[in-house]
Amino acid sequence: MRDFYGVRLATPMMLGTARYPSPAVMEAAFRESGASVATVSLRREREGGQAFWDIVRALGIHVLPNTAGCHTAREAITTACMAREYFQTDWVKLEVIGHADTLQPDPFCLVEAAEALCADGFKVFPYTTEDQVLARRLVDAGCRVLMPWGAPIGSGQGLNNPRGLRALRAAFPNIPLVVDAGLGLPSHAAQVMQMGYDAVLLNTAVAEARDPAAMARAFALAAEAGAVASAAGPMPVRDMAQPSTPVIGRAWL
Amino acid sequence: MKIDVNGVPHDVDASTVEEALQILGWGGQRVATALNGTFVPAAARDKTALSPGDRLEVLTAMQGG
Repeated sequence: MRDFYGVRLATPMMLGTARYPSPAVMEAAFRESGASVATVSLRREREGGQAFWDIVRALGIHVLPNTAGCHTAREAITTACMAREYFQTDWVKLEVIGHADTLQPDPFCLVEAAEALCADGFKVFPYTTEDQVLARRLVDAGCRVLMPWGAPIGSGQGLNNPRGLRALRAAFPNIPLVVDAGLGLPSHAAQVMQMGYDAVLLNTAVAEARDPAAMARAFALAAEAGAVASAAGPMPVRDMAQPSTPVIGRAWL
Repeated sequence: MKIDVNGVPHDVDASTVEEALQILGWGGQRVATALNGTFVPAAARDKTALSPGDRLEVLTAMQGG
């Protein structure tokens, strides 16, 4: 597995902390997932912020603050600065949303924010699309991780453009790639890892499962299976059938 | 002085961000602050002056994906 800004993750799982029925269920899901990274956010102060942060910190894994809900580079940069101070990390999952319905990234503002944050010493994990030109701009800005979407956030659709994601993997062999958003089933995670990706980032698929802890385990198993398969070298796909049993020595009956 | 705190109008007798946090009950608590859309580091709160109509954001950890 490629490293994330010098950090080698123990597992290829990044898990969100939102939408669980209770903090206890969230903790159980994290345990079962074996996640190496937990995503968090910053919102207006209300009761429980410190208690929530204590729970996340006790998980003992890397924390990745997001800039969810930001629609401009300025908002995202300010949020990232606040998160760096609050969470005491220079990692940031950079989200700059361009469309309220699809939650699609705004590629122009994303690059603008990435340039500013990388120059300020942040280790940026940009939530992006599978667009290779945009990916190049983000790498040129200083990003050393790319996180293309699989499908719209929270949709559970899986990979809408697997060919595009595969092409992105081939185009950036040295950049850690994470599919972030849109995964709904463990098989989607396996598919991502089979393509040689470095991790998956998911939240709703686990948090809104009937049994989040069991689903978290299923995702962990699938991601591991996909990673092992990728390393094992999958066979090429062929257009035509090819007998697996040797033809030579067949009886004349 | 009338300022907006997290989108809600407040009348606070404070001249700096630090004083406003104390008055609003967030003194010593772990929060992140921004004034009129600009990040205010914790170390700069007692030197950051407030003006009428300012928008103060006081943020804390929240669940996120």
